[in-house]
Amino acid sequence: MPDLIKVGMADYKVGKAPASVITYGLGSCVGIAVYDPVTKVGGLAHIMLPDSLQARAADNPAKFADTALPAMVAEIIQLGGVKTRLAAKIAGGAQMFSFANATDIMRIGERNAEAVRLVLKNLNIKLVAEDTGGNYGRTVELKLDSGIFKIKTIDKGEKDL
Amino acid sequence: MSEEILKLTSLQLDALKEVGNVGAGNAATALSQIIHRKIDMTVPRVAILPLGDVPDVVGGPEIMVAGVYFRVFGPAPGSILFLLPRESAFSLVDMLMGREKGYTRSLNSLDESAVMEIGNILSGAYLNALSYFTRFTLLPSIPALAIDMAGALLSVILIQLGQMGDHALVIETEFSSEGDGVKGHFFLIPDPGSLGTILASIGVKE
Repeated sequence: MPDLIKVGMADYKVGKAPASVITYGLGSCVGIAVYDPVTKVGGLAHIMLPDSLQARAADNPAKFADTALPAMVAEIIQLGGVKTRLAAKIAGGAQMFSFANATDIMRIGERNAEAVRLVLKNLNIKLVAEDTGGNYGRTVELKLDSGIFKIKTIDKGEKDL
Repeated sequence: MSEEILKLTSLQLDALKEVGNVGAGNAATALSQIIHRKIDMTVPRVAILPLGDVPDVVGGPEIMVAGVYFRVFGPAPGSILFLLPRESAFSLVDMLMGREKGYTRSLNSLDESAVMEIGNILSGAYLNALSYFTRFTLLPSIPALAIDMAGALLSVILIQLGQMGDHALVIETEFSSEGDGVKGHFFLIPDPGSLGTILASIGVKE
């Protein structure tokens, strides 16, 4: 039975095949899987906010798209990943509750997803698949032996990216 | 680490617990009147938790729940989230609609309105007590309902807090109706700036 490495909200974890990295119940947060298919090393981040520069408290780099990704990528490289081979898949960024006049904070999911795309671009990591938006939660798992990014929902079924 | 909630004294936490107690008592009475059942309520838990640990309060991030979410407007803004395990939401709807127990297996739009109305009544009762204590007028927004994983619903509130710090002050009360399989969690989560305002108004500001 391969190890199942759990990632909490505002955290990231890296690992190696045959392990899997999983995070449960993504809502407006975004799950970012980064993977090297040759060494089968990768990581999964569960970010809550787009930008550490706009936050009052930025003690935890794993909370923000702009600081979590560089930190996780550095650990993936330390574990044997090769920067030029890394590819990313993302999921989440939903809007769980809908109000008639949604404030900015209600659209945070969308902003999170946008920020993640931008940070990946700046890091020169290609985004190969994504499943973002909507109004439902997702549990996501990166299988490090295959690179499959599995997405589970309550009413919208399961899919592999 | 400059988060004000980490500096709260035990006196202040007790005062918040007492406010929660009266608020939740009001809400429990209102709920038992609607469903004509006795409602048991636990002593409110006032906890300061790392953001990522909050979903564990309801049994983990993947638990299926119905959530009714409100913004609180007034001098001490915040959020209210009323979370029910999905089966409890079904049981509540059975009681309200006079259906046989176990009949409801999914919510139609009328059922959804019923769940939101329960949320409305609970949050109104709770905020009345809080208004009485603080002498502030605190009003809930219209409710929004979602049925999904607890982590996904809680993330909405936790993200707002996440801009200010890494911990959440959670005033949480558990309700249950013995034998009817109904239980729920009621969360009052003050916006970071509101906490000092509430503490000052109830006379326990440092």
